[in-house]
Amino acid sequence: MEQQDVNIKITDRDGVTHEIVAPTDMAMNLMEVVRSYELAPDGTIGICGGMAMCASCQCYVLSKHELPEMQDDEEAMLSEAFYVKDNSRLGCQIQITPEMEGLEVELAPES
Amino acid sequence: MIKTDILIIGAGPTGLFTVFEAGLLKLKCHLIDALPQAGGQCSEIYPKKPIYDIPAYPEILAGDLTEKLLEQCKQFEPGFTLGERAETIEKQEDGSFIVTTNRGTKHQAPVVAIAGGLGSFEPRKPLIDNILSFEDKGVEYIIKNPEIYRNKRVVIAGGGDSALDWSIFLSDVAKEVTLIHRRNEFRGHLDSVEKVQELKNKGKINLVTPAEVMNIVGHHKVEAVVVSQSQHIEKEFEIECDHFIPLFGLSPKLGPIANWGLEIEKNAIKVNNALDYQTNIPGIFAIGDVNTYPGKLKLILCGFHEATLMCQAAYQIINPGKKYVLKYTTVSGIDGFDGTRKEAPKAVVKAIE
Repeated sequence: MEQQDVNIKITDRDGVTHEIVAPTDMAMNLMEVVRSYELAPDGTIGICGGMAMCASCQCYVLSKHELPEMQDDEEAMLSEAFYVKDNSRLGCQIQITPEMEGLEVELAPES
Repeated sequence: MIKTDILIIGAGPTGLFTVFEAGLLKLKCHLIDALPQAGGQCSEIYPKKPIYDIPAYPEILAGDLTEKLLEQCKQFEPGFTLGERAETIEKQEDGSFIVTTNRGTKHQAPVVAIAGGLGSFEPRKPLIDNILSFEDKGVEYIIKNPEIYRNKRVVIAGGGDSALDWSIFLSDVAKEVTLIHRRNEFRGHLDSVEKVQELKNKGKINLVTPAEVMNIVGHHKVEAVVVSQSQHIEKEFEIECDHFIPLFGLSPKLGPIANWGLEIEKNAIKVNNALDYQTNIPGIFAIGDVNTYPGKLKLILCGFHEATLMCQAAYQIINPGKKYVLKYTTVSGIDGFDGTRKEAPKAVVKAIE
């Protein structure tokens, strides 16, 4: 079976945009993709491990993708985070699926 | 001066299990942690979340794991310096180390084990331009002594458990408590949310939502906060107060340990994983999530293994040249420093007639 990868554009905290390829068959989320490509230093992203409990993986969604609806815990965490904008999401809550092809995001500043 | 055999920096699961393994070798431990309670991330970030990869526990809540580890090491009487951050380390002529905390508490030990996880937890400060100039002048990010709020007017900001719990607690202490949150919904234990609702109805907590503190007003001390509220129409107003307490959680920072002369890679301390998890400074070890080596996995169970091997190396440093034979706890039992003894019950030998 042909393995399906998606292309994603991620702008890191220094403003550098990376065009990366992410697998859809690894049950990965966006935070984990950022970590696996080391686009943010260890210890500054994914601190809680992906429980929507720390907001260290906050990102701004720049493209018009239809993303999975926000769950209560993500919404609550974002309501306590800093630098939050209307297009803020937690990377750990966005699963990499074929629908994410062409996704463009920017990492929010560290806080 | 607090003296011990192994000084452990970080009272998370790895640090707590070190106490047990050291105790089997008759080594005494003392732990320093920046948080006011033991457990590290397990207590601070996700106490109510389950963990599924602790051997022999198909499922255990992070908070319960902390309780179990404390119970397991209890008879080895660990000492604790909690709510203080390890700041400096000085090597002494006799080879021991003196570690001093941010509050000046000194600890001396021949072996230092850094089990610091992702670092010490520091409060997350809201993005208010002039907030730094009001620190310790009415702005506190952590409540250390609730008595200072007696008969004062207090504004708390935040939407999590600590904001809710402290609002409830201070409503009995302070003259006036105002709780400000960006949303109408709070995330916390149901009973805390209900209690705040009840206190709000009684007029004991002044709830301002959805709103945000934009600025602080005062001459050399907090006199009021500027609040922007966006219910129906956007409006900005001042709330007079003596204290402003933003409670937006904590985030870990490697902090002063980064300046101890240890070899650091990717925010973690490099260790010798082929042997004993020692750092580039002999006598200083790094175990658990804080260390790195080829193939490192940041898992609690890996921290337990690293702690166990580290204790053997510590034993050799503290008892040079002494012969040691590994004993199974089932065979040897456990002799606590508190005089207790645990041992396997003797087999019953009785004839069947």
